[in-house]
Amino acid sequence: MSDWPLWEVFVRTKGGLAHRHFGSVHAPDAEMALRHARDTYTRRQEGVSLWVVKSSDIVASDPAQAGELFEPAADKVYRHPTFYEIPDEVKHI
Amino acid sequence: MPSLPTIQPEDEAVANKVQPAGAFDAPSDAHDPVRAGYLLRLGDDALILGQRLSEWTGHAPSVEVDLSLANLALDLVGQATLFLGAAGDADELAFKRDVLDFRNCLLVEQPNGDFARTMMRHLLFSTWQHMLYQALGDSRDQAVREVAAKGVKEVAYHREIAGEWIVRLGDGTDESHARCLDALDWCWRFVPELFEVDEELEAAIAAGIAVDPRLFEADYRAAIAAVLTEARLPIPADQRAILGGRRGHHSEHLGHLLAIMQYLPRTYPDAVW
Repeated sequence: MSDWPLWEVFVRTKGGLAHRHFGSVHAPDAEMALRHARDTYTRRQEGVSLWVVKSSDIVASDPAQAGELFEPAADKVYRHPTFYEIPDEVKHI
Repeated sequence: MPSLPTIQPEDEAVANKVQPAGAFDAPSDAHDPVRAGYLLRLGDDALILGQRLSEWTGHAPSVEVDLSLANLALDLVGQATLFLGAAGDADELAFKRDVLDFRNCLLVEQPNGDFARTMMRHLLFSTWQHMLYQALGDSRDQAVREVAAKGVKEVAYHREIAGEWIVRLGDGTDESHARCLDALDWCWRFVPELFEVDEELEAAIAAGIAVDPRLFEADYRAAIAAVLTEARLPIPADQRAILGGRRGHHSEHLGHLLAIMQYLPRTYPDAVW
């Protein structure tokens, strides 16, 4: 069991919604990872669809680079689309 | 001589509530021993295997497998509650009967052994249970039909996951392969009992409550052979059948299981959930 790879689990909670990261499971292969994900994360009706992906296949950003990657966005408030005046006739926005 | 007091209508209503009119002589489901006996077989199979699987809780090879086994156990205990509830008071039946009154097959009471044996037992049983529940969709008894319909999806998953494990263990390392061979050797002799039709079952089949398991025996053997072949395991030769569970003649293991399962409600009869 200690040599089982780690798999990231994504659950679609309702039809129409996107799969969301729920956690991870250990499993010997992809098929068993799906079963373990089902038994671990959807036992209380949390989901209608599952994805698993090997954790080692995920390319992650380097936390050490967080400064250069994310901080420059902090003072660019004009990138939020909140400066438009929306006519009263337009609904559902 | 004083006459007997008149029976007050409210007293009569209370009496009727306690003992419905004609309860002693009118044929009703609750007093049908053939039906009750068949429900006990279905319920006890699920209950005892559920209890066995729950013994793994906290001891499984990994936390994921721990949850997986607990889920299987809960499915079975749920089915047992419904089957036994249709036969009488589910708690009374589960916790107040002794070994000789249990009607489960011998396979489900076998000790867990190692993980290979637990999964082999589960493959052999849940494949049978899945085919049985499918066939019980045509039962003339509403409770049997409804519980089987609810359970059939649960058991379909049991059958799949047990098969997946056996394929991985049988076609795994030398160690896991050898353990699967031991597991098969232990469990195989209890398979014929699953297809035994005794007088009691004969009566339940005739009443349209039960189905004859021999109708799907060929399918069962083919399905098991397919999994074993994929798992690089031999299909064992038939052995002399070991029977008796359906008539209360159990192996020594059931008494130990019941002692643990029934300890709390027998020691503290007032305990509530």
